[in-house]
Amino acid sequence: MAEKKFEASLTRLEEIVTELEGGELPLEQSLKLFEEGIKLARVCNARLEEAERKVEILLKDKAGKMTTKPFEEEEA
Amino acid sequence: MNSHILTVTQLTHQIKNLLEGNIPDVWVEGEISNLTVPQSGHAYFTIKDEQSQIKAVLFKSSQRHLKFTLQHGMQVICRGRVSVYEPRGEYQIIVEYVEPKGVGALQKAYEELKASLEKEGIFDRERKKPLPLLPKKIGIVTSPTGAAIRDILRVIRRRHPRMAILIFPVPVQGPESAPAIVEAIGYFNREKNVDVMIVGRGGGSLEDLWAFNEEAVARAIFASRIPVVSAVGHETDYTIADFVADLRAPTPSAAAEMVVESEEHLRELIRSLSSRLVMSIRQELEHRRNMIQHAARLLADPRKRLEQYRQRVDEMLGRLVMGLKHHVRRDRALLTSLTGALDHLNPLAILARGYSVTRKMPAGTIVKDASEVRSGDMLSTKLHKGEVISKAQ
Repeated sequence: MAEKKFEASLTRLEEIVTELEGGELPLEQSLKLFEEGIKLARVCNARLEEAERKVEILLKDKAGKMTTKPFEEEEA
Repeated sequence: MNSHILTVTQLTHQIKNLLEGNIPDVWVEGEISNLTVPQSGHAYFTIKDEQSQIKAVLFKSSQRHLKFTLQHGMQVICRGRVSVYEPRGEYQIIVEYVEPKGVGALQKAYEELKASLEKEGIFDRERKKPLPLLPKKIGIVTSPTGAAIRDILRVIRRRHPRMAILIFPVPVQGPESAPAIVEAIGYFNREKNVDVMIVGRGGGSLEDLWAFNEEAVARAIFASRIPVVSAVGHETDYTIADFVADLRAPTPSAAAEMVVESEEHLRELIRSLSSRLVMSIRQELEHRRNMIQHAARLLADPRKRLEQYRQRVDEMLGRLVMGLKHHVRRDRALLTSLTGALDHLNPLAILARGYSVTRKMPAGTIVKDASEVRSGDMLSTKLHKGEVISKAQ
């Protein structure tokens, strides 16, 4: 479960900002990058929202198979 | 009375019984000196500190378990029993176990494993995997009941309230610990259901932390394709697992901080990047606009040119009218002067100055010569004003 998307998006966003701040690009390319940057920022924010707190603990059943159940943090 | 007088042997024997009976097993620490190892292979030395010294012997049979070589000046901890050597009347300690002071056997084993794994390249920095900036799920390999799990969960909740966590419970000390940790790391790698894992436990003695110094655990961490953060004991505890792990956290809480970037910080990062993005494009557009305006100023605006022509036409027209007027004025002046000249040529004008015109009557011919007039001719003289009729004599 390689979750590289968030990082890649953020890294790309940083690249774009740096490039735009350099201000050496043709206008058309600047606008294209700007659009891409806005999309990336949106993706990153959405990714931050999407997580859901869930704390589970693994248990081994009689057959040796792993199952999960919610972990009661207060127990710990 | 005689019975109270002991032989040397008797006394020595009593001393031997007293000493050996009362100090059967003892730990003593000090510095090795006067070390000799004769042909027999037994090691003879003295253990000393600042004030005292005691003879010691380490028989060859007891040296099998020794993981290091005794050396002069070495600080050691010895376990043994006090014994009296009767032929010389000397007491000494018969050492059964010796370890370098401050570096126990476990410590020694640790150093050896560390050295061999290091040589193998298992700790190499370039083998270490980066941690995901925002994991989807975090695997935690630790005891479900210790302080460590509580600390980790508390910190994660604080930094990112909606983080998903999967705990693989393992015993963190005792003989079952290392195999369980190896199994847990293997499980997460098979299932690929987490993007990073924290493997650890709270503080304890070197023996307590031992599972994290086991070679099997080190190799499992090394083989893991999922990044592993080790979090064993306190700040000062370094285990083999710490060296193999992709990142070593000084404590379990610190591990949680390293694995979970604060949500607030991530949001701030995105916010600041977004605003820089908008600002830079705004600046860029502003810059372009200025350039265009500048260029426009350089380019002749046709309307403006038309305006200029119009103005010029107006100006020309004005000048034309002025010219004409001037002309007219000049012509009028000429006319006046010509009229004046004409006036001069008008014969009647001469009359005004006193000249007169005389005609012979009734023919009316102008008399220019007196001989043309005979006595008795009737003459009409025209003056400036009026006419005089006269008779020539």
